Amino acid sequence: MTLDPGQFVLLMPEIFVLTMACVILVVDLFLSKKERVISYWLTQITVVIAAVLTIAVSNGETELLFFGTFIADPMAAALKVFIYIVVGLAFLYSRHYLALRGLFKGEFYVLGLFAMLGTMVLVSAHSLLTVYLGLELLSLSLYALVAFNRDTYSCSEAAMKYFVLGALSSGMLLYGMSILYGLTGTLDIDLMGQILAQQETHVGLVFAVSFIVVGVSFKLGAVPFHMWLPDVYQGAPTPVTLYISSASKIAAFAMVMRLLVESVGSLQPQWEGMLIVLAVLSLAIGNVVAIAQTNLKRMLAYSTISHIGFLLLGVLSGTQAGYAAAMFYVITYALMAAGAFGMIILLSRAGFEADEISDFKGLNQRNSWFALMMLILMFSMAGVPPTVGFYAKLSVLQAVINVDMVWLAAVAVFFAVIGAFYYIRLVKVMYFDDAEDKEPLEPHFDLRFGLTANGLAVLLLGLFPGSLMALCHQVMS
Amino acid sequence: MPFEKIVFYLFAAILVYAATRVITVRNPVHAALHLVLAFFTSAGLWILLEAEFLAITLVLVYVGAVMVLFLFVVMMLDINTAPIREGFIKYLPVGLTVAGLMILEMYLVVQSKYFDAERMPAPVPKGADYSNTRELGGVLYTDYVYPFEIAAVILLVAIIAAIALTMRKRPETRFQNPAEQVKVQRNSRVRLVKMEAEPKD
Repeated sequence: MTLDPGQFVLLMPEIFVLTMACVILVVDLFLSKKERVISYWLTQITVVIAAVLTIAVSNGETELLFFGTFIADPMAAALKVFIYIVVGLAFLYSRHYLALRGLFKGEFYVLGLFAMLGTMVLVSAHSLLTVYLGLELLSLSLYALVAFNRDTYSCSEAAMKYFVLGALSSGMLLYGMSILYGLTGTLDIDLMGQILAQQETHVGLVFAVSFIVVGVSFKLGAVPFHMWLPDVYQGAPTPVTLYISSASKIAAFAMVMRLLVESVGSLQPQWEGMLIVLAVLSLAIGNVVAIAQTNLKRMLAYSTISHIGFLLLGVLSGTQAGYAAAMFYVITYALMAAGAFGMIILLSRAGFEADEISDFKGLNQRNSWFALMMLILMFSMAGVPPTVGFYAKLSVLQAVINVDMVWLAAVAVFFAVIGAFYYIRLVKVMYFDDAEDKEPLEPHFDLRFGLTANGLAVLLLGLFPGSLMALCHQVMS
Repeated sequence: MPFEKIVFYLFAAILVYAATRVITVRNPVHAALHLVLAFFTSAGLWILLEAEFLAITLVLVYVGAVMVLFLFVVMMLDINTAPIREGFIKYLPVGLTVAGLMILEMYLVVQSKYFDAERMPAPVPKGADYSNTRELGGVLYTDYVYPFEIAAVILLVAIIAAIALTMRKRPETRFQNPAEQVKVQRNSRVRLVKMEAEPKD
């Protein structure tokens, strides 16, 4: 019953983020409106130092800490670093957006940091208890962030929907977890995996797993548990939408790995079927319904659903290569989503959200460089070759074909081709339509820098995907 | 009859009485006070079961905080007692169905072979030096220290979120300035006025 102080070293990133979130909370009280930017910079520094700490303490080994509730392994370290990157981008893009709307408050960044802490806990969870607590920490912060612009009707509506459905899905997940706990007598993920591997599969186990699958797909937004996604994406402030579609999707992927693969991995034949249904429905509904959207945020929400379908394809193949492909997919998708929502922020002004597709008309005439960035991002989401989206889709399809599910790969390609239509339509609007608003676009330096880096990263990762792919394979083996 | 049993029946009788009164008295304040009594006696029962931590938290949290809050609300709202009773017949079938279901569930659990007396023997009473508060604390701060801390962070986030979403600074909002309050002198609060004595009529 003693606590080894050496354990705290590996927990340093979490401890640091928590401490800084509390420090910023207090410091922010003493800042005047003009000095508020200090909170913003403190937050960004926290994210950077957390990344440095995570890289410094990760030693490539798998270590269990705090009586098996926390795991420090290469997958956790890698996912955390990518979460820092997209969270840093989200904060970077959010600054001027919030300032223009009178929302530039310390609480936004504090809640953002707490949500990031939630993703970190989730990524390193090694007990059903920590999975659940990390998820709740993340979701609770996100509910508040979605409602952050509390005087707008759409924000409150989105937050309410997100909260009610989120609570419902947490309940589903907990129900599944409690049955699993009852059947195995342990909350520890590894131990549960070992016990289940020796047990015969029976109805009780499948019952528990189906609840877990439902809970997880609610969080991911897979069809038929996707209803909250379009409304929340559209209603939330754009930086928060960015956060939900990037950082929290990486965390949700980690949750899938910890819950489905590591703890109930021996039931793979059972959950494979469930995931096939979810994946095919997500691909179909996501891509087809996105065509009918005129609101860009809503369209991107449906595009998220279709990307989740691809992510599930990688997971359901049940091989190391499949998991690595899914991880590659979720990381690159988070980068693309960050860029796409960043572009919406770039075009928006006070009182104008720029979230309609028609708002992008003639972007090329107004600012050809950022039209090019958006072109790269859209091509990447559609999966056009030199960009990373193509490579991500390719590796997932490869994993699916390797386990002899060619028909599934064919379905995925079919819907991806349908999906290409609405991405390319946006490109057409940007390049071939006349701008209604001829004013040239002169964004702030940090937005300019962030989006350029973001767009070029998507292109460069597409040209040289080798190192990221190697990393994904390495952490999954 | 051993003393323990007498105490149990005494507490149980008071508990049943108090619980019945909660739903039968007309005055909501009386009902709330009977609920307090019910909580107290069930805390006593828990002490008998050697679950003193639960007993203490029941009194502290429910009696100390929740019920006081509840009483505040009841006293502030002027609840009319008469209409509350009107729905008795209307809701009786629903109530009976729920009660019947609960009894059935209890019967199934107690009857099932997994919970009979052989599989679930009565636990051996612990010695006088055994404290389950201490044991719970021991587990909470070692085995579960990490989840415990995260739960604390979740509560912090709930507070921050609630304040961030509801607090509005309006010009007419009144607030206290503790520094001013501390510095206050007697002179600024009380003024002694010398008055001529009134002549008696």
